[in-house]
Amino acid sequence: MNEQGEAMRDTDANEGYVTADGRKIGGVAMEMKNITLRFGGVVAIKDISFDIRWGEVRAIIGPNGAGKSSMLNVISGFYNPQEGEIIYKGYRRPRMRPYQVARTGIARTFQNIALFEGMSVLDNIMTGRLHHMKANMFQQAIWWGKASREEQENREAVEKIIDFLEIQHIRKTPVARLPYGLKKRVELARALAAEPSILLLDEPMAGMNVEEKEDMCRFILDVNDEFNTTTVLIEHDMGVVMDLSDRVVVMDYGKKIGDGTPDEVRNNEEVIKAYLGVAHD
Amino acid sequence: MLYREAGDYKTSYVADSQTFPIKFDRYGYYFILGFAFLVMPLIINDYWANAIVVPFLIYTIAALGLNILIGYCGQLSLGTGGFMAVGAYASYKLMTGFPDFNIIFVIITAGLITAAVGVLFGLPSLRIKGFYLAVATLAAQFFLIWLFTRTGWFYNYSPTGMISAPTRTVLGYPVTGPRASAVSMYLICLCFLVACAWLARNLTRGTMGRQWMAIRDMDIAAEIIGVNPLMAKLSAFAVSSFFVGIAGALLFTVYLGAAEAGEAFGIDKSFLVLFMVIIGGLGSIFGAFAGAFFLIVGPVLLKLLLVDSLGWPTDLAAHLEIMIVGALILVFLILEPHGIAALWRTIKQKLRLWPFPY
Repeated sequence: MNEQGEAMRDTDANEGYVTADGRKIGGVAMEMKNITLRFGGVVAIKDISFDIRWGEVRAIIGPNGAGKSSMLNVISGFYNPQEGEIIYKGYRRPRMRPYQVARTGIARTFQNIALFEGMSVLDNIMTGRLHHMKANMFQQAIWWGKASREEQENREAVEKIIDFLEIQHIRKTPVARLPYGLKKRVELARALAAEPSILLLDEPMAGMNVEEKEDMCRFILDVNDEFNTTTVLIEHDMGVVMDLSDRVVVMDYGKKIGDGTPDEVRNNEEVIKAYLGVAHD
Repeated sequence: MLYREAGDYKTSYVADSQTFPIKFDRYGYYFILGFAFLVMPLIINDYWANAIVVPFLIYTIAALGLNILIGYCGQLSLGTGGFMAVGAYASYKLMTGFPDFNIIFVIITAGLITAAVGVLFGLPSLRIKGFYLAVATLAAQFFLIWLFTRTGWFYNYSPTGMISAPTRTVLGYPVTGPRASAVSMYLICLCFLVACAWLARNLTRGTMGRQWMAIRDMDIAAEIIGVNPLMAKLSAFAVSSFFVGIAGALLFTVYLGAAEAGEAFGIDKSFLVLFMVIIGGLGSIFGAFAGAFFLIVGPVLLKLLLVDSLGWPTDLAAHLEIMIVGALILVFLILEPHGIAALWRTIKQKLRLWPFPY
């Protein structure tokens, strides 16, 4: 692999490339093949294909209503597409319920925060570690052996994430009392607690001020660096997207109109048209 | 001054996540347990046992059960009376069918049977939520009562349609039937309550409880995080019905001695337990105790005050009692919508800082 890794990007699907800042990007983690999603007569996603590689930050952008969130919902199993298939870790993924998809190592955050308001920050993040806890109901009921041991082990793992995201001071606070920016961070912590292979972030910076945005960017990059987590990101702030992501998919009206590095996308005719609002024909 | 965390450092996650993190609370809890097991049996008499203590203990178990379903898992149920009847009739059939079977196992088995019935009637919760689920469980209430009053097999074809508990003993002491003493009735209910409260606390502090609360707070997000909604909801129904079934079995075998489904386990029982849960505080173990205390002991204390101290006629006092309890419920819900448990939390928060609030 050479320094101009981007040039090598399209060589072999399983080989990966090296980014300009020296991070090694692996082979294909997930491939979307000709995904079409319809709600009755409305076509939300029209025949879209793209891939996500291990270790990269992949952004999905596009104007409002382009189908970005629907795409994320397809990946996380909330919607099942009518056509097309998803190849994940080398296998075609069958129809699954969302909780089964979560067990395959896909975690996500939501556009409008979906934390469990009645629980403390700690409990929220612990909920993210469900798959790492195997004690059955009877072991939990008597709180002996496996149940209490697992609770401690997972608490340690959660504390690491709490340290990492700098939310130690609010560990025991009920989520309902937190300000918006912190809630977003707790949501990221909950997703990270699952130790996902692929992390989906739906507008992680929506409604934040500059300082909070900078913090969030730092966390996303740190997560990618430290845990080598593959991240798929939807974001409207173009500065953020261009800075953070390795490759960008651009959607408009349910169709893919661009795919490539931030620079390639920025100079793409169709993308410019979509964003400047040229009339569609 | 005494009531605070300062200086009480936690050095392990085990110590940090214990039930009573404050020393004062911990000793208070040991004191209450000791008092209940060692002192109460010496001073309890028939009147106190029958009027206050035993029903309080039994309804606390029922409230614990319903609190798991409504308070922790967010599934509204109005079928509590019906599920209590299942526990009662199951224990009756077991007692008469297997006379040698120890009463403790009879009650636990009755709880398990109720859990199975609860899961069956919990199935609609996978499709419907909120008020619609309440109506579906209301159907369970009426159906179960109808079943127990119409089907002779359940009451062994007795001509009155009543079921009555034969005498059964634990360690040689009768705990059911007419020969049971106040102390033995009290102790068996207390043991079941302590065991149930301990189980409930364990279940709600771990993964199970977090799954329930996740479903309660936002079911779609819970599913995307990996909570299997089917398992979470049905396990809540099972555990809740288990406790409610035990309460029903105890109410019939130990407390009432004889019962008829429609009269002892009617819709008013469902509402009574529901009020206990709401007034005590949703999603709190302490709330179940507080709610049962308020609705069981409150009316008796009022009656003592009005009839015995002020000398008012009994019938007037009985009407006033209902009105006063109703008014108190309203006042409580307006002042503290999250129940006595929330009030208690606020008091503790204030106590922590007392007497130097800054």
